[in-house]
Amino acid sequence: MGEKLTVGFLPLVDSCLPILAREHGFAEDEGLSLRLVKDVSWATVLDRLLYGHSHAAHMVAPLAIAATLGRGRPAQPLSVPFVLGLNGNAITLRPDLAAEVGAAGRLGDPSVVGAALRAVALARAAAGKRLRFGVVHRYSSHNYMLRYWLAACGIQPDRDVEISTVPPPFCADALEAGEVDGICVGEPWNSVAVERGAGQIVLATAQIWRRGVEKVLALRQPVLADKRDAVERLIRAMCRAGRHFVDPANWDENAAILARPEYLDGDALLIRRAISDRMLLSRGGEVVHYPDFMFQYREAANFPWVSQAEWLYSQMVRWEGMRFDPDDAARAARVFRPDIYRSALKGTGEPLPGASSKVEGSLRGTTAVGTQQGRMTLESNHFFDARVFDPAHIADYLAETN
Amino acid sequence: MRIAIIDESAARASIIREGLASLDGCELFVVTERRGLVARIEEIAPEVVLMELGNPSRDVLEEYFAVSRALARPIAMFVDESDDEAIAASIDAGVSAYVIDGLAAHRIRPLIDVAVRRFNAFSRLQSDLAEARGQLAERETIDRAKRILMHNRSLPEPKAYAEMRKAAMDQGRKIVEIADAIVTAHQLVGGK
Repeated sequence: MGEKLTVGFLPLVDSCLPILAREHGFAEDEGLSLRLVKDVSWATVLDRLLYGHSHAAHMVAPLAIAATLGRGRPAQPLSVPFVLGLNGNAITLRPDLAAEVGAAGRLGDPSVVGAALRAVALARAAAGKRLRFGVVHRYSSHNYMLRYWLAACGIQPDRDVEISTVPPPFCADALEAGEVDGICVGEPWNSVAVERGAGQIVLATAQIWRRGVEKVLALRQPVLADKRDAVERLIRAMCRAGRHFVDPANWDENAAILARPEYLDGDALLIRRAISDRMLLSRGGEVVHYPDFMFQYREAANFPWVSQAEWLYSQMVRWEGMRFDPDDAARAARVFRPDIYRSALKGTGEPLPGASSKVEGSLRGTTAVGTQQGRMTLESNHFFDARVFDPAHIADYLAETN
Repeated sequence: MRIAIIDESAARASIIREGLASLDGCELFVVTERRGLVARIEEIAPEVVLMELGNPSRDVLEEYFAVSRALARPIAMFVDESDDEAIAASIDAGVSAYVIDGLAAHRIRPLIDVAVRRFNAFSRLQSDLAEARGQLAERETIDRAKRILMHNRSLPEPKAYAEMRKAAMDQGRKIVEIADAIVTAHQLVGGK
């Protein structure tokens, strides 16, 4: 019996790493006894973390920053020493709308689909019936990715369309009932909507930002300080889980584990599809392969790049009408803790980037990067509109956006 | 004070309601339906909202509060910052509370205390019920196993029970586990 750590999670495919770290005994090998606590809302995952029911939590990345800055709740500094994955979400539209924007049955080009959507959205807005989109949380990458895409295509969120919160398990219902026209959600919930004929997947969020930060492992700052050694062991166990997760030889087994009632309580077939970067875009259609739909391991995917926290902060400023504040930016940046990640994986075979921050969206091809340990290349990480985010110039980036 | 109790379990909601009804000057509204939640809350215009932690619509409600705070009247998420102990107690009990700004802490505190006590009472009731159900199920399994032994091996009832008891003691297991194994084995070989 090792040191006990309790980790909160929401039943989504990208809660896989702590689950697999436990189920394959990787945590036990590190002398940890992991207890996983499932909830059905991010609010409750966060409350359990803040009031000591859990030590760490699977969390939508922007929420960790919002909690630190005191958005919606009294400020409590959180720390993110490990990213649980990049991307893995999709945009699903009602079948009639998907057909209207010419995206039925295939993953379109985000600019082309966006231009077609703009015509529909503006016509609907003029008729007083704005298109409605559901996202899983106000402080989620889903919200920021959807807004980024719409705005870059000339659709002003909150003016031309409505965006509101729909919990993942109700996304398919909301589409079916016509409460929303589109959703941006993680798997398996897009696939559930497709299987029911309630929606068609038109874009993967990886098409909007090729390497977008998604879920993180968040802890309260004092808990991280107190349990530093156990957290580092958890990082090593989850890194091993990541390597296991991306190996095609393990896909069937891992999908079956994640599908169990105590975890996702879902369909192993749909979960396996997401794990293997495959999507059924429309009911009765063919399953397509979109490489790096989910991104859990390669290129030190779990490394908490400070520039990613800063990008999330820039989006919070952009969409909440906040003023850019260099102090807030610095507090947001400090949420991501590459120092802990490095310390945990020093001396293992995992590559450790030399830098802690990078210019997001600047890579168009495969690039070798400097490391402290091992060898590493990064592939394209572009945004679909080719904009570049330089964390040294956040204010300028925001000024250009508006 | 207008209080909305949002709970998909009508039974628990009525237990909370009953508790709060004893407080003076409270007008209570129970919402059990998930659909149209935000519209209903808008209509009720509560000063306090109580919601179970396991309710999947919490994120929806918090977004509504965040937006309405920006647009119109200020709403404090949760209880006051200084009320940390009360918040911790409510989280432990499994209830979240949202309070409109400007409501004095001394008015809120007794209400939260009652809600917490009622939530805890409901959880106890539930676990008592689950335990009672478990005991009933165990008794049924043991009775079935006993009948199988009596029938298949022509044993009188006390003997059948004694055999199971001996097996349990020899193997260091509970008698219900032995009974369960007998019932399962019987089903596997085609028995009913």
